[in-house]
Amino acid sequence: MLDPVAKLQGIGGRTVGLPLPIELKRLTFERGGKRVIDGIDLVIDSNRVTVIMGPNGAGKSVLLRLLHGLIAPTAGRIMWAGRPLDPALTRRQAMVFQRPVLLRRSVAANVSHALGLRGIKGPERSQRVAEALRLAGLEEHAATPARVLSGGEQQRLCLARALSLEPNVLFLDEPTSSLDPASALLIERLLLDAQRRGIKVILVTHDVGQAQRLADDVVFLMHGRAIEHQNAESFFTNPLNESTRAYLRGGLVL
Amino acid sequence: MADFIDAFQTALGLIVTLNHDLVEILLLSLKVSLTAVVIASVLGFAIGGALAVVRFPGRGAVSAILSALMGLPPVVAGLFVYLLLSNAGPLGVLQLLYTPTAMIIAQVVLVTPIIGALTRQACEDLLEEYDEQLRSLGASPTATIVTLLWDGRYRLITAVLAGFGRAIAEVGAVMIVGGNIDHVTRTMTTAIALETSKGNIALALALGLVLLTIAFAVNAALVSVQRLAKRLAYA
Repeated sequence: MLDPVAKLQGIGGRTVGLPLPIELKRLTFERGGKRVIDGIDLVIDSNRVTVIMGPNGAGKSVLLRLLHGLIAPTAGRIMWAGRPLDPALTRRQAMVFQRPVLLRRSVAANVSHALGLRGIKGPERSQRVAEALRLAGLEEHAATPARVLSGGEQQRLCLARALSLEPNVLFLDEPTSSLDPASALLIERLLLDAQRRGIKVILVTHDVGQAQRLADDVVFLMHGRAIEHQNAESFFTNPLNESTRAYLRGGLVL
Repeated sequence: MADFIDAFQTALGLIVTLNHDLVEILLLSLKVSLTAVVIASVLGFAIGGALAVVRFPGRGAVSAILSALMGLPPVVAGLFVYLLLSNAGPLGVLQLLYTPTAMIIAQVVLVTPIIGALTRQACEDLLEEYDEQLRSLGASPTATIVTLLWDGRYRLITAVLAGFGRAIAEVGAVMIVGGNIDHVTRTMTTAIALETSKGNIALALALGLVLLTIAFAVNAALVSVQRLAKRLAYA
Protein backbone atom coordinates (compact mmCIF):
# COMPACT_ATOMS: atom_id res chain seq x y z
CA MET A 1 0.00 0.00 0.00
CA LEU A 2 1.08 3.52 0.59
CA ASP A 3 4.26 4.73 2.21
CA PRO A 4 2.84 6.56 5.22
CA VAL A 5 5.66 9.09 5.23
CA ALA A 6 5.21 10.19 1.64
CA LYS A 7 3.55 13.53 0.96
CA LEU A 8 3.25 14.36 4.63
CA GLN A 9 2.01 17.91 4.70
CA GLY A 10 2.97 18.68 8.27
CA ILE A 11 5.36 17.66 10.98
CA GLY A 12 4.72 15.47 14.01
CA GLY A 13 1.03 14.98 13.34
CA ARG A 14 0.30 18.71 13.36
CA THR A 15 -0.60 19.60 9.83
CA VAL A 16 -0.10 22.94 8.24
CA GLY A 17 -2.41 24.59 5.77
CA LEU A 18 -5.61 22.90 6.89
CA PRO A 19 -8.52 25.36 6.97
CA LEU A 20 -9.20 24.76 10.67
CA PRO A 21 -11.07 25.33 12.83
CA ILE A 22 -14.39 24.75 11.09
CA GLU A 23 -16.96 26.90 12.84
CA LEU A 24 -20.68 26.40 12.35
CA LYS A 25 -22.74 29.32 13.56
CA ARG A 26 -26.51 28.92 13.94
CA LEU A 27 -26.36 26.78 10.82
CA THR A 28 -29.87 26.14 9.50
CA PHE A 29 -31.21 24.41 6.45
CA GLU A 30 -34.87 24.10 5.52
CA ARG A 31 -36.35 21.91 2.85
CA GLY A 32 -40.05 21.91 2.03
CA GLY A 33 -40.78 23.94 5.17
CA LYS A 34 -39.00 21.39 7.36
CA ARG A 35 -35.89 22.26 9.35
CA VAL A 36 -33.45 19.56 8.38
CA ILE A 37 -30.58 21.35 10.10
CA ASP A 38 -31.79 23.31 13.08
CA GLY A 39 -29.37 25.98 14.23
CA ILE A 40 -26.18 24.00 14.73
CA ASP A 41 -23.37 25.68 16.68
CA LEU A 42 -20.23 23.63 16.45
CA VAL A 43 -16.47 24.02 16.33
CA ILE A 44 -14.38 21.26 14.74
CA ASP A 45 -10.69 21.76 15.33
CA SER A 46 -9.39 18.20 15.16
CA ASN A 47 -7.07 17.77 12.20
CA ARG A 48 -7.80 14.04 12.10
CA VAL A 49 -10.97 12.04 11.53
CA THR A 50 -14.22 13.64 12.63
CA VAL A 51 -17.15 11.22 12.63
CA ILE A 52 -20.74 12.37 12.34
CA MET A 53 -23.24 9.90 13.77
CA GLY A 54 -26.95 9.85 14.40
CA PRO A 55 -30.16 8.07 13.49
CA ASN A 56 -31.67 8.16 9.99
CA GLY A 57 -33.10 11.53 9.10
CA ALA A 58 -30.98 13.35 11.67
CA GLY A 59 -29.52 15.51 8.91
CA LYS A 60 -26.05 13.95 8.64
CA SER A 61 -25.90 13.85 4.84
CA VAL A 62 -27.34 17.35 4.58
CA LEU A 63 -24.74 18.65 7.04
CA LEU A 64 -21.98 17.10 4.93
CA ARG A 65 -23.37 18.73 1.78
CA LEU A 66 -23.57 22.10 3.54
CA LEU A 67 -19.93 21.76 4.62
CA HIS A 68 -18.91 20.86 1.06
CA GLY A 69 -20.94 23.71 -0.40
CA LEU A 70 -23.16 21.48 -2.53
CA ILE A 71 -26.16 23.20 -0.94
CA ALA A 72 -26.41 26.62 0.64
CA PRO A 73 -27.67 27.12 4.21
CA THR A 74 -31.03 28.78 4.75
CA ALA A 75 -29.50 30.71 7.65
CA GLY A 76 -26.31 30.78 9.65
CA ARG A 77 -22.84 30.20 8.29
CA ILE A 78 -19.78 28.02 8.17
CA MET A 79 -16.33 29.51 8.61
CA TRP A 80 -13.15 27.71 7.62
CA ALA A 81 -10.23 29.13 9.59
CA GLY A 82 -12.22 32.32 9.83
CA ARG A 83 -13.22 32.62 6.17
CA PRO A 84 -16.40 31.56 4.41
CA LEU A 85 -16.32 28.71 1.90
CA ASP A 86 -15.06 30.04 -1.44
CA PRO A 87 -14.09 28.35 -4.72
CA ALA A 88 -10.44 28.18 -3.67
CA LEU A 89 -11.41 26.24 -0.54
CA THR A 90 -13.88 24.03 -2.39
CA ARG A 91 -11.14 23.04 -4.79
CA ARG A 92 -9.20 21.68 -1.85
CA GLN A 93 -12.15 19.51 -0.82
CA ALA A 94 -13.35 16.17 -2.16
CA MET A 95 -16.31 13.98 -1.39
CA VAL A 96 -17.18 10.30 -1.58
CA PHE A 97 -20.89 9.57 -1.77
CA GLN A 98 -22.87 6.74 -0.26
CA ARG A 99 -23.60 5.21 -3.64
CA PRO A 100 -20.51 5.22 -5.84
CA VAL A 101 -20.96 7.62 -8.75
CA LEU A 102 -18.74 6.41 -11.58
CA LEU A 103 -18.60 7.59 -15.15
CA ARG A 104 -19.31 5.23 -18.02
CA ARG A 105 -15.62 4.94 -18.76
CA SER A 106 -12.66 2.84 -17.77
CA VAL A 107 -11.33 2.79 -14.22
CA ALA A 108 -8.30 4.89 -15.20
CA ALA A 109 -10.43 7.32 -17.21
CA ASN A 110 -12.58 8.01 -14.15
CA VAL A 111 -9.57 9.26 -12.20
CA SER A 112 -8.15 11.04 -15.22
CA HIS A 113 -11.44 12.88 -15.81
CA ALA A 114 -11.50 14.24 -12.26
CA LEU A 115 -7.89 15.41 -12.54
CA GLY A 116 -8.69 17.04 -15.88
CA LEU A 117 -11.48 19.05 -14.25
CA ARG A 118 -8.88 20.42 -11.83
CA GLY A 119 -6.68 21.43 -14.75
CA ILE A 120 -4.03 18.77 -14.15
CA LYS A 121 -2.52 17.70 -17.45
CA GLY A 122 0.23 15.73 -19.10
CA PRO A 123 2.70 13.49 -17.26
CA GLU A 124 1.55 14.65 -13.84
CA ARG A 125 -1.96 13.51 -14.68
CA SER A 126 -0.91 10.02 -15.77
CA GLN A 127 1.39 9.74 -12.79
CA ARG A 128 -1.40 10.66 -10.40
CA VAL A 129 -3.79 8.22 -12.10
CA ALA A 130 -1.28 5.40 -11.71
CA GLU A 131 -0.67 6.33 -8.10
CA ALA A 132 -4.39 6.44 -7.29
CA LEU A 133 -5.00 3.04 -8.84
CA ARG A 134 -2.04 1.56 -6.98
CA LEU A 135 -3.34 3.05 -3.74
CA ALA A 136 -6.72 1.44 -4.29
CA GLY A 137 -5.23 -1.83 -5.50
CA LEU A 138 -6.95 -1.45 -8.85
CA GLU A 139 -3.93 -1.33 -11.18
CA GLU A 140 -4.88 -4.50 -13.01
CA HIS A 141 -8.35 -3.09 -13.61
CA ALA A 142 -7.13 0.19 -15.15
CA ALA A 143 -8.76 -0.53 -18.52
CA THR A 144 -11.89 -2.22 -17.12
CA PRO A 145 -15.19 -0.39 -17.50
CA ALA A 146 -15.64 1.16 -14.05
CA ARG A 147 -19.23 0.10 -13.69
CA VAL A 148 -18.55 -3.62 -13.97
CA LEU A 149 -16.36 -3.53 -10.82
CA SER A 150 -17.76 -5.02 -7.62
CA GLY A 151 -19.40 -2.67 -5.11
CA GLY A 152 -16.32 -2.62 -2.90
CA GLU A 153 -14.00 -1.94 -5.82
CA GLN A 154 -16.27 0.83 -7.08
CA GLN A 155 -16.23 2.58 -3.74
CA ARG A 156 -12.45 2.14 -3.52
CA LEU A 157 -12.16 3.75 -6.93
CA CYS A 158 -14.34 6.66 -5.78
CA LEU A 159 -12.07 7.12 -2.78
CA ALA A 160 -8.92 6.83 -4.92
CA ARG A 161 -10.35 9.41 -7.33
CA ALA A 162 -11.06 11.78 -4.44
CA LEU A 163 -7.55 11.27 -3.02
CA SER A 164 -5.91 11.80 -6.42
CA LEU A 165 -7.12 15.40 -6.21
CA GLU A 166 -4.90 15.77 -3.12
CA PRO A 167 -7.61 17.50 -1.11
CA ASN A 168 -6.96 18.82 2.35
CA VAL A 169 -10.51 18.04 3.45
CA LEU A 170 -12.25 14.79 2.51
CA PHE A 171 -15.96 14.17 3.12
CA LEU A 172 -17.44 10.70 3.11
CA ASP A 173 -21.15 9.94 3.35
CA GLU A 174 -21.59 6.41 4.70
CA PRO A 175 -19.05 5.07 2.21
CA THR A 176 -19.15 1.49 3.50
CA SER A 177 -22.86 1.12 4.30
CA SER A 178 -23.47 -1.39 1.52
CA LEU A 179 -20.09 -3.13 1.57
CA ASP A 180 -19.00 -6.42 3.10
CA PRO A 181 -16.67 -6.19 6.14
CA ALA A 182 -13.50 -6.93 4.17
CA SER A 183 -14.24 -4.19 1.62
CA ALA A 184 -15.14 -1.81 4.43
CA LEU A 185 -11.80 -2.51 6.13
CA LEU A 186 -9.92 -1.71 2.93
CA ILE A 187 -11.70 1.64 2.77
CA GLU A 188 -10.87 2.29 6.41
CA ARG A 189 -7.19 1.56 5.76
CA LEU A 190 -7.17 4.05 2.91
CA LEU A 191 -8.82 6.61 5.16
CA LEU A 192 -6.23 6.17 7.88
CA ASP A 193 -3.49 6.49 5.26
CA ALA A 194 -5.10 9.69 4.04
CA GLN A 195 -5.40 11.08 7.53
CA ARG A 196 -1.72 10.29 8.19
CA ARG A 197 -0.86 12.24 5.07
CA GLY A 198 -2.49 15.25 6.63
CA ILE A 199 -5.94 15.13 5.10
CA LYS A 200 -8.78 16.24 7.34
CA VAL A 201 -11.46 13.53 7.12
CA ILE A 202 -15.13 14.11 7.93
CA LEU A 203 -17.03 10.85 7.86
CA VAL A 204 -20.72 10.06 8.27
CA THR A 205 -21.26 6.51 9.44
CA HIS A 206 -23.81 4.30 11.17
CA ASP A 207 -21.21 1.72 12.02
CA VAL A 208 -20.24 2.15 15.69
CA GLY A 209 -17.23 -0.15 15.30
CA GLN A 210 -15.97 1.85 12.36
CA ALA A 211 -16.44 5.09 14.27
CA GLN A 212 -14.43 3.66 17.16
CA ARG A 213 -11.64 2.54 14.83
CA LEU A 214 -11.36 5.85 13.01
CA ALA A 215 -12.71 8.75 15.01
CA ASP A 216 -10.70 11.41 16.69
CA ASP A 217 -13.86 13.24 17.65
CA VAL A 218 -17.55 12.44 17.21
CA VAL A 219 -20.52 14.70 16.52
CA PHE A 220 -23.90 13.18 17.35
CA LEU A 221 -26.82 14.60 15.41
CA MET A 222 -30.51 14.25 16.18
CA HIS A 223 -33.43 16.07 14.60
CA GLY A 224 -31.02 18.44 12.87
CA ARG A 225 -29.25 19.40 16.09
CA ALA A 226 -25.76 18.54 17.26
CA ILE A 227 -26.64 17.16 20.67
CA GLU A 228 -23.16 15.95 21.51
CA HIS A 229 -19.59 16.64 20.38
CA GLN A 230 -16.74 14.96 22.24
CA ASN A 231 -13.41 13.40 21.59
CA ALA A 232 -13.87 9.79 20.57
CA GLU A 233 -12.69 8.21 23.79
CA SER A 234 -15.11 10.12 26.00
CA PHE A 235 -17.89 9.78 23.45
CA PHE A 236 -17.76 6.00 23.46
CA THR A 237 -16.95 5.42 27.13
CA ASN A 238 -18.98 8.18 28.69
CA PRO A 239 -21.60 9.67 26.38
CA LEU A 240 -23.23 12.65 28.03
CA ASN A 241 -26.60 12.50 26.35
CA GLU A 242 -29.30 9.91 27.05
CA SER A 243 -30.14 9.57 23.32
CA THR A 244 -26.49 9.01 22.49
CA ARG A 245 -26.26 6.29 25.12
CA ALA A 246 -29.37 4.61 23.75
CA TYR A 247 -28.02 4.84 20.18
CA LEU A 248 -24.67 3.35 21.14
CA ARG A 249 -26.40 0.52 23.01
CA GLY A 250 -28.19 -0.22 19.78
CA GLY A 251 -31.49 0.87 21.22
CA LEU A 252 -34.25 2.90 19.63
CA VAL A 253 -33.70 6.61 19.47
CA LEU A 254 -36.79 8.70 18.93
CA MET B 1 -49.15 -11.20 -60.91
CA ALA B 2 -46.91 -12.16 -63.82
CA ASP B 3 -46.24 -8.45 -64.36
CA PHE B 4 -45.24 -8.13 -60.77
CA ILE B 5 -42.83 -11.08 -60.89
CA ASP B 6 -41.41 -9.68 -64.10
CA ALA B 7 -40.88 -6.28 -62.48
CA PHE B 8 -39.31 -7.90 -59.46
CA GLN B 9 -36.84 -9.79 -61.64
CA THR B 10 -35.96 -6.64 -63.53
CA ALA B 11 -35.51 -4.85 -60.22
CA LEU B 12 -33.09 -7.48 -58.95
CA GLY B 13 -31.27 -7.23 -62.26
CA LEU B 14 -30.89 -3.47 -61.82
CA ILE B 15 -29.41 -3.99 -58.38
CA VAL B 16 -27.09 -6.86 -59.31
CA THR B 17 -25.73 -5.10 -62.39
CA LEU B 18 -25.33 -1.87 -60.43
CA ASN B 19 -27.48 0.05 -62.87
CA HIS B 20 -25.99 3.48 -63.43
CA ASP B 21 -29.17 5.48 -62.70
CA LEU B 22 -29.87 3.46 -59.60
CA VAL B 23 -26.36 3.94 -58.21
CA GLU B 24 -26.42 7.65 -59.01
CA ILE B 25 -29.71 8.08 -57.16
CA LEU B 26 -28.50 5.98 -54.22
CA LEU B 27 -25.27 7.95 -53.90
CA LEU B 28 -27.07 11.29 -53.98
CA SER B 29 -29.51 10.09 -51.31
CA LEU B 30 -26.67 8.95 -49.08
CA LYS B 31 -24.70 12.15 -49.66
CA VAL B 32 -27.67 14.37 -48.79
CA SER B 33 -28.85 12.42 -45.76
CA LEU B 34 -25.39 11.70 -44.32
CA THR B 35 -24.35 15.34 -44.63
CA ALA B 36 -27.62 16.45 -43.06
CA VAL B 37 -27.20 13.99 -40.19
CA VAL B 38 -23.61 15.11 -39.50
CA ILE B 39 -24.71 18.76 -39.32
CA ALA B 40 -27.83 17.90 -37.32
CA SER B 41 -25.71 15.85 -34.89
CA VAL B 42 -23.38 18.72 -34.13
CA LEU B 43 -26.36 21.06 -33.64
CA GLY B 44 -28.42 18.47 -31.75
CA PHE B 45 -25.62 17.51 -29.35
CA ALA B 46 -24.94 21.16 -28.53
CA ILE B 47 -28.62 22.08 -28.13
CA GLY B 48 -29.53 18.91 -26.23
CA GLY B 49 -26.51 19.09 -23.92
CA ALA B 50 -27.07 22.77 -23.16
CA LEU B 51 -30.79 22.25 -22.50
CA ALA B 52 -29.98 19.49 -20.01
CA VAL B 53 -27.38 21.48 -18.08
CA VAL B 54 -27.96 25.23 -18.38
CA ARG B 55 -30.84 26.72 -16.37
CA PHE B 56 -32.50 29.70 -18.03
CA PRO B 57 -36.01 31.15 -18.14
CA GLY B 58 -38.15 29.40 -20.73
CA ARG B 59 -36.01 26.26 -20.67
CA GLY B 60 -39.02 24.02 -20.18
CA ALA B 61 -40.84 25.61 -23.11
CA VAL B 62 -37.84 25.24 -25.41
CA SER B 63 -37.50 21.57 -24.44
CA ALA B 64 -41.18 20.97 -25.08
CA ILE B 65 -41.03 22.66 -28.49
CA LEU B 66 -37.94 20.66 -29.43
CA SER B 67 -39.69 17.42 -28.49
CA ALA B 68 -42.80 18.41 -30.39
CA LEU B 69 -40.70 19.15 -33.49
CA MET B 70 -39.56 15.52 -33.50
CA GLY B 71 -42.89 14.84 -35.15
CA LEU B 72 -42.53 17.68 -37.68
CA PRO B 73 -44.14 16.49 -40.95
CA PRO B 74 -41.45 16.43 -43.68
CA VAL B 75 -43.66 18.39 -46.07
CA VAL B 76 -43.96 21.17 -43.50
CA ALA B 77 -40.18 21.24 -43.03
CA GLY B 78 -39.89 21.33 -46.83
CA LEU B 79 -42.38 24.15 -47.11
CA PHE B 80 -40.58 26.15 -44.44
CA VAL B 81 -37.20 25.78 -46.15
CA TYR B 82 -38.83 26.49 -49.54
CA LEU B 83 -40.14 29.81 -48.25
CA LEU B 84 -36.71 30.57 -46.82
CA LEU B 85 -34.86 29.79 -50.06
CA SER B 86 -37.35 30.91 -52.71
CA ASN B 87 -36.50 34.03 -54.71
CA ALA B 88 -38.80 36.13 -52.52
CA GLY B 89 -37.48 34.59 -49.32
CA PRO B 90 -34.82 35.94 -46.96
CA LEU B 91 -32.16 33.57 -48.33
CA GLY B 92 -33.33 33.81 -51.95
CA VAL B 93 -30.16 35.56 -53.08
CA LEU B 94 -28.21 32.38 -52.42
CA GLN B 95 -30.08 30.67 -55.29
CA LEU B 96 -30.10 27.36 -53.44
CA LEU B 97 -33.59 26.15 -54.27
CA TYR B 98 -33.64 22.88 -56.27
CA THR B 99 -30.07 22.01 -55.35
CA PRO B 100 -28.75 19.19 -53.14
CA THR B 101 -27.77 21.89 -50.62
CA ALA B 102 -31.42 22.86 -50.26
CA MET B 103 -32.28 19.24 -49.58
CA ILE B 104 -29.56 19.03 -46.94
CA ILE B 105 -30.90 22.16 -45.24
CA ALA B 106 -34.44 20.74 -45.22
CA GLN B 107 -33.26 17.46 -43.71
CA VAL B 108 -31.20 19.29 -41.09
CA VAL B 109 -34.39 21.10 -40.07
CA LEU B 110 -36.14 17.75 -39.91
CA VAL B 111 -33.48 15.77 -38.05
CA THR B 112 -31.99 18.30 -35.61
CA PRO B 113 -35.04 18.18 -33.29
CA ILE B 114 -34.86 14.37 -33.21
CA ILE B 115 -31.20 14.26 -32.28
CA GLY B 116 -31.52 17.32 -30.02
CA ALA B 117 -34.46 15.99 -28.02
CA LEU B 118 -33.00 12.50 -27.64
CA THR B 119 -29.66 14.04 -26.59
CA ARG B 120 -31.36 16.24 -24.01
CA GLN B 121 -33.16 13.23 -22.55
CA ALA B 122 -29.98 11.15 -22.42
CA CYS B 123 -28.01 13.97 -20.79
CA GLU B 124 -30.75 14.72 -18.27
CA ASP B 125 -30.93 11.10 -17.19
CA LEU B 126 -27.16 11.02 -16.69
CA LEU B 127 -27.09 14.37 -14.92
CA GLU B 128 -29.57 13.11 -12.35
CA GLU B 129 -26.97 10.53 -11.39
CA TYR B 130 -23.81 12.64 -11.86
CA ASP B 131 -24.91 16.08 -10.68
CA GLU B 132 -23.55 16.10 -7.13
CA GLN B 133 -20.39 14.23 -8.08
CA LEU B 134 -19.61 16.65 -10.92
CA ARG B 135 -20.31 19.67 -8.76
CA SER B 136 -18.12 18.19 -6.05
CA LEU B 137 -15.34 17.84 -8.63
CA GLY B 138 -15.85 21.46 -9.60
CA ALA B 139 -17.00 20.89 -13.20
CA SER B 140 -17.97 24.02 -15.16
CA PRO B 141 -21.21 23.93 -17.21
CA THR B 142 -19.20 23.34 -20.39
CA ALA B 143 -17.19 20.54 -18.78
CA THR B 144 -20.44 19.05 -17.49
CA ILE B 145 -21.99 19.06 -20.98
CA VAL B 146 -18.89 17.47 -22.50
CA THR B 147 -18.86 14.82 -19.76
CA LEU B 148 -22.54 14.00 -20.26
CA LEU B 149 -22.24 13.82 -24.06
CA TRP B 150 -19.31 11.44 -23.85
CA ASP B 151 -20.90 9.27 -21.18
CA GLY B 152 -24.13 9.21 -23.14
CA ARG B 153 -22.28 8.25 -26.33
CA TYR B 154 -24.15 4.99 -26.86
CA ARG B 155 -27.51 6.69 -26.56
CA LEU B 156 -26.27 9.47 -28.84
CA ILE B 157 -25.28 6.91 -31.48
CA THR B 158 -28.82 5.58 -31.22
CA ALA B 159 -30.17 9.09 -31.68
CA VAL B 160 -27.99 9.66 -34.74
CA LEU B 161 -29.12 6.38 -36.29
CA ALA B 162 -32.75 7.29 -35.62
CA GLY B 163 -32.12 10.64 -37.30
CA PHE B 164 -30.50 8.99 -40.31
CA GLY B 165 -33.39 6.54 -40.61
CA ARG B 166 -35.78 9.46 -40.70
CA ALA B 167 -33.74 11.45 -43.23
CA ILE B 168 -33.10 8.67 -45.72
CA ALA B 169 -36.77 7.60 -45.73
CA GLU B 170 -38.53 10.95 -45.95
CA VAL B 171 -39.88 12.16 -49.26
CA GLY B 172 -41.85 15.34 -48.56
CA ALA B 173 -39.04 17.73 -47.72
CA VAL B 174 -36.59 16.75 -50.46
CA MET B 175 -39.40 16.72 -53.02
CA ILE B 176 -40.43 20.30 -52.25
CA VAL B 177 -37.01 21.93 -52.04
CA GLY B 178 -35.15 19.58 -54.41
CA GLY B 179 -37.75 19.30 -57.11
CA ASN B 180 -36.83 15.71 -58.07
CA ILE B 181 -34.72 16.86 -61.03
CA ASP B 182 -33.16 13.97 -62.93
CA HIS B 183 -29.39 13.66 -62.34
CA VAL B 184 -29.47 16.66 -59.98
CA THR B 185 -31.83 16.27 -57.06
CA ARG B 186 -33.45 12.88 -57.59
CA THR B 187 -33.22 10.76 -54.44
CA MET B 188 -34.43 7.25 -53.75
CA THR B 189 -37.71 8.34 -52.21
CA THR B 190 -38.60 10.95 -54.82
CA ALA B 191 -37.62 8.53 -57.59
CA ILE B 192 -39.81 5.80 -56.13
CA ALA B 193 -42.75 8.20 -56.01
CA LEU B 194 -42.18 9.35 -59.59
CA GLU B 195 -41.38 5.98 -61.18
CA THR B 196 -44.39 4.35 -59.50
CA SER B 197 -46.72 7.01 -60.84
CA LYS B 198 -45.13 6.63 -64.26
CA GLY B 199 -45.69 2.87 -64.11
CA ASN B 200 -41.95 2.10 -64.14
CA ILE B 201 -42.38 -0.38 -61.33
CA ALA B 202 -39.01 -2.11 -61.81
CA LEU B 203 -36.83 0.87 -60.93
CA ALA B 204 -39.19 1.84 -58.10
CA LEU B 205 -39.01 -1.68 -56.71
CA ALA B 206 -35.23 -1.81 -57.01
CA LEU B 207 -34.90 1.45 -55.13
CA GLY B 208 -37.44 0.26 -52.58
CA LEU B 209 -35.38 -2.87 -51.95
CA VAL B 210 -32.23 -0.82 -51.46
CA LEU B 211 -34.04 1.53 -49.10
CA LEU B 212 -35.42 -1.39 -47.14
CA THR B 213 -31.94 -2.89 -46.84
CA ILE B 214 -30.61 0.40 -45.48
CA ALA B 215 -33.46 0.53 -42.97
CA PHE B 216 -32.67 -3.01 -41.81
CA ALA B 217 -28.96 -2.22 -41.56
CA VAL B 218 -29.66 0.89 -39.46
CA ASN B 219 -31.87 -1.16 -37.19
CA ALA B 220 -29.28 -3.91 -36.82
CA ALA B 221 -26.68 -1.28 -35.97
CA LEU B 222 -29.04 0.14 -33.33
CA VAL B 223 -29.52 -3.23 -31.68
CA SER B 224 -25.81 -4.06 -31.63
CA VAL B 225 -24.88 -0.65 -30.21
CA GLN B 226 -27.40 -1.12 -27.41
CA ARG B 227 -26.11 -4.63 -26.73
CA LEU B 228 -22.51 -3.42 -26.56
CA ALA B 229 -23.47 -0.61 -24.18
CA LYS B 230 -25.25 -3.07 -21.91
CA ARG B 231 -22.32 -5.47 -21.90
CA LEU B 232 -19.93 -2.72 -20.80
CA ALA B 233 -22.46 -1.51 -18.19
CA TYR B 234 -22.41 1.82 -20.04
CA ALA B 235 -26.12 1.78 -20.90
